[in-house]
Amino acid sequence: MADENNAHHDEHHDDHHEGNFFTKYIFSLDHKVIAKQFLFTGMFWAIIGGGMSILFRLQLGFPDMNLDWLRPLLGDWITTEGKIDPEFYLALVTMHGTIMVFFVLTAGLSGTFSNFLIPLQIGARDMASGFMNMLSYWFFFLSGVIMFISLFLSTGPASGGWVIYPPLSALPDAMLGSQGGMTLWLVAMVFFIVSSLLGGINYVTTVINLRTKGMSFARLPLTIWAFFLTAVIGLLSFPVLFSAALLLVFDRSFGTSFYLSDIYIAGEALPNTGGSALLFQHLFWFLGHPEVYIVILPSLGITSEIISTNSRKPIFGYRAMVGSLLGITILSFVVWAHHMFVTGMNPFLGSIFMFLTLIIAVPSAVKVFNYLTTLWRGNIVFTPAMLFSIGLVSLFISGGLTGIFLGNSAIDIQLHDTYFVVAHFHIVMGSASFFGMVAGIYHWFPKMFGRMMDDKLGYVHFWLTFVGVYLVFFPMHYIGVAGFPRRYYSFTNFDAFSSFTDLNMFVSAAAIITFGSQFIFVFNFIFSIFKGRKATLNPWRSNTLEWTTPRVPGHGNWPGEIPTVYRWPYDYSKPGAEEDFIPQTVPYSETPESNLPHENELIDQEEVQQEGITVDEASE
Amino acid sequence: MLTFAIIAGLVLLVVLLLLLFRINSLADVMKTEAQRRASTSNRVNAILMMVFLIGACALFFWYSIARQNEYKLPVASDHGIVTDNLFWISTVVTGIVFIITHILLFWFSYKYQYKKNAKAHYYPENNKLEIYWTVIPAIVLTGLVFSGWKAWSDITDKAPEGAEVVEIVGQQFQWSARYPGKDKQLGAFDFRKIDDENSLGIDFSDKSSFDDFIPRKIYLPVNRPVEFKIRAKDVLHSVYVPHFRLKMDAVPGMPTRFWFVPNKTTAQMREDLNNSGNPVWQEIDPNTGEPKWKNFNYELACTEICGRGHFSMKMLIEVVEEAEYKEWYAQQKSWLSTHEDYLSKVPADLKELAVISAGIESDKNN
Ligand code: HEM
Ligand SMILES: [Cu+2]
Ligand SMILES: [Cu+2]
Repeated sequence: MADENNAHHDEHHDDHHEGNFFTKYIFSLDHKVIAKQFLFTGMFWAIIGGGMSILFRLQLGFPDMNLDWLRPLLGDWITTEGKIDPEFYLALVTMHGTIMVFFVLTAGLSGTFSNFLIPLQIGARDMASGFMNMLSYWFFFLSGVIMFISLFLSTGPASGGWVIYPPLSALPDAMLGSQGGMTLWLVAMVFFIVSSLLGGINYVTTVINLRTKGMSFARLPLTIWAFFLTAVIGLLSFPVLFSAALLLVFDRSFGTSFYLSDIYIAGEALPNTGGSALLFQHLFWFLGHPEVYIVILPSLGITSEIISTNSRKPIFGYRAMVGSLLGITILSFVVWAHHMFVTGMNPFLGSIFMFLTLIIAVPSAVKVFNYLTTLWRGNIVFTPAMLFSIGLVSLFISGGLTGIFLGNSAIDIQLHDTYFVVAHFHIVMGSASFFGMVAGIYHWFPKMFGRMMDDKLGYVHFWLTFVGVYLVFFPMHYIGVAGFPRRYYSFTNFDAFSSFTDLNMFVSAAAIITFGSQFIFVFNFIFSIFKGRKATLNPWRSNTLEWTTPRVPGHGNWPGEIPTVYRWPYDYSKPGAEEDFIPQTVPYSETPESNLPHENELIDQEEVQQEGITVDEASE
Repeated sequence: MLTFAIIAGLVLLVVLLLLLFRINSLADVMKTEAQRRASTSNRVNAILMMVFLIGACALFFWYSIARQNEYKLPVASDHGIVTDNLFWISTVVTGIVFIITHILLFWFSYKYQYKKNAKAHYYPENNKLEIYWTVIPAIVLTGLVFSGWKAWSDITDKAPEGAEVVEIVGQQFQWSARYPGKDKQLGAFDFRKIDDENSLGIDFSDKSSFDDFIPRKIYLPVNRPVEFKIRAKDVLHSVYVPHFRLKMDAVPGMPTRFWFVPNKTTAQMREDLNNSGNPVWQEIDPNTGEPKWKNFNYELACTEICGRGHFSMKMLIEVVEEAEYKEWYAQQKSWLSTHEDYLSKVPADLKELAVISAGIESDKNN
């Protein structure tokens, strides 16, 4: 079945090469091109989203600063006193969150690496459906265009927070952003969900159906496990966001009362009764919590691979790593209401979700210990990718631990909606996931573009970023413990929040420097595409299949037949072996010196596999 | 601010120079196939790992200790003491894990940096270890959960009999408080009855509403249970009193509640702040010419994004001794007595009662 499909692709192979610029680079069906499209688009959005955060950090860190110089960019959103308009501040926060979570860390991350690596690492010619894959990108693109347009509305983009809780988001009278901006937000998100689903279906079917000979699930690299489970989570949770959004559209436009009840606004009592604002929150977080794992799992997969490769050691506890990924996948669906402890939800329900939430910390802890043991007694090569992976482990620890505070509903009473939460998720989700993404780019750049990125610039980039994100987000814990609420335009109205002006200024300065240092990366990235040193075939001496392709794999990935897989991907530094790595394509029969006893027994089966292939070729 | 702009500009300049510098060296790199694996960069990065570990730990401990008077928020409610304890217990437990795992992470990175003739230890799994580090965190977490659960159940339990009831209502962008008056019964409300004056939508067909009063500032008796009954008129808001460790969303169409025992009067808290060692409270307030602690008030803030004025929704709370509270309570005029035209909304058969309960002076009557 799998081979049939691959053969099918081979036939089409030539058409595409003959294709013009459009079919080759724009409406391409090739997973590698689509991956790059996702990557470039993701980077574009990362710069926009990051830039927004700099704008609102200016307001928070330097509330007295005159921002008239931003008028050319922001127009009348700069008030006559030279300040950012309070409503536009909220719009910035909202757009920053939406863009970062969905466009950068979901589409930019999964879209890039699932697309690029799944076929290459499982040994497939392409995705199961190249056409759906292309659609997936273009729906994402469309979604982005709509969201981008919403930035320029005279009433501004959506501004009720990235969680868009109604009634605020449902009532145009409640704030400017709930007018046209919110409509466009909802439309954009609908297209985004379609894009995610199309992508997800493809990833899942490809992993299940198109694995090459010998690539059993137990031999999948952890990257693939992570992408696979991420796609499963997405498929199950995004439809719920879709319905949440749909009902909100109805409430906004057709006078229904799903979320609205007993409201008096703008001098008028609304007719809506019987709706529940909490219903939306349940629906939203039913996606929202799994979403945070959609964002982190690919990064965990990527870094597992990179840490193993560059420690020159097998990943420790492969089965435990897969098990904890599975555990996280399942548990991520039953903890959502920990975002709602103090919303008026039944406190008993709160207790239940507190128990479930703290269970999910266990598989996360297991992953960390496995990472640490993988480093132990390794022979570590610090490539930029490796540095960012180590950074991820550190951030995942720091941010995961604060989750234990927040998951405790009694403690969360005080911490909810303060900067403590902001610190928590920017470290564990924002930064950790971003680090995984950057690590992935450094690591697979040679396969994507056939050239190397510059190491030294990578080191500088890493250290500035690593120190930077800690300086930005760690102080927020103190600000949160002191009780400062999030999404505040200014803190001057309250005596209780009048301190820490120095720390807020420090955080803003650190944010600017950290953001600025990302341009080192952008420079390195673009420069290396054209001028980087030519890559060797397997620059990191890695075991996985993608490094058996040509330097720049063409359409179909392998010029000849697809290689067969004989072993798991983590045979690094195996005792007895001459080299410190044995690629997955090397049969046990060729490595008697390093085989473990049970592996010798597998040699017989290998021959059967070989024959299987000959037969297949004959039939083609 | 100018200095900041200059600093930022300088940093950018340095970065730019770096980039230019690298363009040159990039060209060099292209010519030679570098011996990347065991280069000096590898050593430098390994050393930086340790530098980071030590530097970050030092900074963390220094700041956490030196500035503790500033970030530790004084607590002024009974349950707040409990949740604060839980917070600090969690801090110690997670703090230990935080430090140990980070030491391992950076130290391993340093110690096992690439060496030319070394070979990594092939160590793919150890089930015993996996079981240990599944079970131990599970046990520790269970401990934390149980203590949290106990506190949470107590806090969210029904308010004790005789708790002082205050209704808190959120709207864009202010809070209002309504007290039940002498009968200690809050009158009914209906959002359809809201108008410019009757901004809380009090329903005057309910006789409990006649003596309800709506003060500018919330007064609470010390050391007695208080129950906030919370609602919102337009969008979500969230009642947040940081010093009471109190937070509960205000939801249109779904009343919520939170009960607590304030255990420090405002006067006491002012004294405490004066002695707290937090320099902020010693600053002279330009409006009053006095140090800030002298005019400290408990503040009720909003923590659910609600629109343009979200950051400015403030109401003051004054916690006083029981006797003072009683006196204040007795002095308050019912809302009806200050808005007599609403008597017309009272059903005819209740009018007489309304006049008496609301304390409307009899000569004005008829
Ligand atoms: C150790 C396991 C974790 C626990 C126990 C945990 C617990 C929590 C809790 C209880 C909240 C709600 C806090 C509040 O709003 O009051 C929260 C917020 C959040 N967590 Fe976690 N978390 C964990 C790990 C993660 C991970 C791995 C991610 C993402 C990769 C993540 C992302 C987030 C985000 C994005 C929010 C805030 C959403 C918002 O309100 O805007 N958390 N976490
Ligand atoms: Cu969550
Ligand atoms: Cu608010």
